[in-house]
Amino acid sequence: MGSYIPSTPAQRQEMLQAIGLSSFRELYGDVPAEMYLDRPLALPSGMSELEAGRAVRAMAAKNRVYDVILRGAGAYDHYIPSIVKYIPAKEEFLTAYTPYQAEMSQGLLQSIFEYQTMICMLTGMDVSNASVYDGATAAAEAAAMCRDRKRRVTLVSATTHPDVINTIRTYCYGTGDELRIVPEKDGKTDPDALREMLTADTASFYVQQPNFHGLFEDAEALGAAVHEAGAMYIMGCNPIALAIMKTPRDCGADIAVGEGQPLGLPLAAGGPYLGYMATTEKHMRKLPGRIVGETTDDEGRRAYVLSLQAREQHIRREKAGSNICSNEALCALTAGLYMAAMGPDGMAQAAKQSMAKAHYLADALCAIDGVKLRYSGAFFHEFVTDMPKTEEVLSALSRAGILGGLSVEGGILWCATEKVTKAALDKTAAIVKEVLAK
Amino acid sequence: MLFPAELKYTKSHEWVKMEDGVAVIGISDFAQDALGDVVFVNLPSEGDDTTAGEAFGDVESVKAVSDLVCPVSGTVCAVNEELLDEPEKLNKAPYEAWLIKVENIGDTEELLDAAAYEAFCAQEG
Amino acid sequence: MKLIFEKSVPGRHCSLLPACDVPEATLPASLCRDTAPALPEMSETDISRHYTELCQQVHGVNCGFYPLGSCTMKYNPRIDEEMAALEGFTAVHPLAPAADQQGVQEVLDTAKQYLCEIAGMDDMTFQPAAGAHGEFTGVLLIKQYHESRGDHKRTKIIVPDSAHGTNPATAAMCGYQVVNIASGPDGCVDLDALRAVLGEDTAGLMLTNPNTVGIFDHNILEITRLVHEAGGLCYYDGANLNAVMGVVRPGDMGFDCIHMNLHKTFATPHGGGGPGAGAVGCKAFLAPFLPHSATAEEPGHLQVRSFRGNFLVVVRALTYLLTLGREGIPEAAQNAVLNANYLMARLKGTYTPAYDRVCMHEFVLDLSDLKKATGVTALDVSKSLIDEGIHPPTMYFPLIVHEALMLEPTETEGPETLDHAADVLRMLYQKAYDDAEAMHTAPHHMPIGRPDEVKAARHPVVRWQPEE
Repeated sequence: MGSYIPSTPAQRQEMLQAIGLSSFRELYGDVPAEMYLDRPLALPSGMSELEAGRAVRAMAAKNRVYDVILRGAGAYDHYIPSIVKYIPAKEEFLTAYTPYQAEMSQGLLQSIFEYQTMICMLTGMDVSNASVYDGATAAAEAAAMCRDRKRRVTLVSATTHPDVINTIRTYCYGTGDELRIVPEKDGKTDPDALREMLTADTASFYVQQPNFHGLFEDAEALGAAVHEAGAMYIMGCNPIALAIMKTPRDCGADIAVGEGQPLGLPLAAGGPYLGYMATTEKHMRKLPGRIVGETTDDEGRRAYVLSLQAREQHIRREKAGSNICSNEALCALTAGLYMAAMGPDGMAQAAKQSMAKAHYLADALCAIDGVKLRYSGAFFHEFVTDMPKTEEVLSALSRAGILGGLSVEGGILWCATEKVTKAALDKTAAIVKEVLAK
Repeated sequence: MLFPAELKYTKSHEWVKMEDGVAVIGISDFAQDALGDVVFVNLPSEGDDTTAGEAFGDVESVKAVSDLVCPVSGTVCAVNEELLDEPEKLNKAPYEAWLIKVENIGDTEELLDAAAYEAFCAQEG
Repeated sequence: MKLIFEKSVPGRHCSLLPACDVPEATLPASLCRDTAPALPEMSETDISRHYTELCQQVHGVNCGFYPLGSCTMKYNPRIDEEMAALEGFTAVHPLAPAADQQGVQEVLDTAKQYLCEIAGMDDMTFQPAAGAHGEFTGVLLIKQYHESRGDHKRTKIIVPDSAHGTNPATAAMCGYQVVNIASGPDGCVDLDALRAVLGEDTAGLMLTNPNTVGIFDHNILEITRLVHEAGGLCYYDGANLNAVMGVVRPGDMGFDCIHMNLHKTFATPHGGGGPGAGAVGCKAFLAPFLPHSATAEEPGHLQVRSFRGNFLVVVRALTYLLTLGREGIPEAAQNAVLNANYLMARLKGTYTPAYDRVCMHEFVLDLSDLKKATGVTALDVSKSLIDEGIHPPTMYFPLIVHEALMLEPTETEGPETLDHAADVLRMLYQKAYDDAEAMHTAPHHMPIGRPDEVKAARHPVVRWQPEE
């Protein structure tokens, strides 16, 4: 069996003697006998490293690894530079706790400060936190930031990822606040419906950009309507798209959030990912989660610390806006590293190529009889096609090593990234054509 | 430690000065000393209602946060926004750094005069 | 050291992507951003050196002793990292067909089997991404349970005053009023205080056991019985599970639901603050209320984040669980408790334990007397430890002990490390009498001295700005 305990059996006996005890059972003298587990756990025996590795590898081998992934819907298969995989594995970054002791954590604190700055650059905002769990919780936390005694209703566009809607709904359920869904029209938020639903008790409106169908929303117009009603405007933006897309700040957003997974994190069956959250200076003190600030030390040297802690649960307790403490620090470090490795040009390339390849695929698919785009609006790297035989199509693609798009009612939601080659896209279209011709 | 005689005080360490039916409210020298370096103050907005004995905001130090309790019920008619940029004024000059002004005054908490408040602080300290 | 932005050279870049092999698609002008984000422009060498420089200014568990109380900073095995990096896990799309994710399902099912047995629970979700997130999930189970029975009068959650701040914050996020109850002199629940607040409005109780001062509450069966009798449910905060895993099970203590911090108890690394995973287990009667993804087959459930949670963290924890197995799990707990008691014994006579009795996996020192005698505070001792290469214990927690230092050595330290730490702490105690001033200004040998936290909070600088 395996163990990571350095002390030898003889040393353990000596240690027990040193504290005046003779057995391990005596260490648990406070545990009532009726609950003390007097049987072994009903689990297998421990394993050596070799055996454990073998067992877990066997599980990994039961998963299908696709050569080509044309599925997005909240998790995106972008290229991850090699250095981005290796640096976060450095043990100092990996094994440290939250950097409460600034003097022995400057490296971590600086990496978070750099991440915060990069998120501000992408979103146009003034202040970013050090990350939250994922894009869905970032959206839910942002909505919670906006609610107060007078404004308790959260509006969310129907064009939002269903996981995000459901997570915001869950946080609203917790505090007893209401969530209302703003309907969509032609695949985008219906602006007239939004205007009607904005009332004096509306706290905020959340829209995803590009939205769940891949379409660009008319974000500025939506924001103007929200502000007219005195509510807050939250945008959930794809961070790769932000390399080329108008910033949430320029669209009038008060809070920018999103799923940070595209920034160098693997698909990983759903996590760990990271949620980014940024806002304007005006709302800085309401932003939940850890924030690193710059200051000076006792000799005037530049130094970084966890700052604005009086917002947080360990000080404010039941009056804190959120209970978050652990976040996704290592994922934030990875995201910062990814943005540095890609640089402004590489990020723009990833965005442009993803968009170009999605459009190429859309054109190729729509040239096939029976396939057409569901919506006419401008899209980024995802789009929905209406088509028959979706299950047959996806099965045929799977047999060819291609994970096709996500099946949505009566059609497929496709996604392309810079990783997909023209050859793979041509092959995809050919397979679809063949299945539909049968 | 200063306890200006022209002011009234609460047991939660706010001071009040009445000016033509308007209550000017701040925190006492004793309070700022106990809090340590004030780093931020959360204040209500003009037009908000206050209730005597209930919190109208809070004041933050690096590792603590304390409620600001309103000595009077009424309506906030002015907010000292300077404190948002320079919270250190609460430490440097607590009796100049007023927090809010309240009009339309209804209920009032039990208020102490300077001598009684000084005695109260001596007990607490 | 310089920020990454200060090392940026315009035009410099890494060679990562090929030229685009399809025609360009143009973004409508109204959707384009005005200027490119001013991200750093670096070569791969620059990046490698920058992050190496950063990591040299971080203290990890690999660098030295890390007795940070209530954080369970045990060694993080490398094999766990190797398994989490397998392409068979990292390359799986969360919405891939179930048939393509059989291994993912096996990881989750196996981890669930292990953790339910350890917790004494019947079912489990891995969706919560951290401990606090697990608390939120667990209290939502309680809320849904009462509501499903049409019992809407339960508006209060009871939390001991020694609890972590996350407990009251969580209860508030779930719409509950928080009732704080005072702890007894031993940090345990005061039964009379508990009885006094229990009633028809009690939704539940949140508790760690061992408690936050490192003592196992021997009244635990009576506590959970009283809460159940009042119609409430009991939530176990698994923050301190490392003391008792495989020795006594929260389910057998009478708890109805629990979160476990995979990043503490089950050896997955903290990553400088995350990612963690807060697996939430429950008894069968609460299982219908567990959260699910809206993209999964079962709609109509609550959901606390996207997809199925921090999957790769579960892979790490499972590798660890397989390695330890039925013998190694209780052995780890027992040695964590042994190490804490041994270290406390080595310090007794110099320092004053806040509770002079057998402790669980951690213990609290009360430095009030030292402060009175020398002016040296718990903070000064902590900062002095930094110069000695030891991460400070948790300071000023729990709040019910003044000048508290809370030490949790974990089972992955040998007696040599504990002896050395005890020697250093005793040396510092003496130094407090000999040279208090040096301790007030420690640390002296780190890249920075004590930072000005007041300045940081009063006039926040939270991002870098290019000089104008």
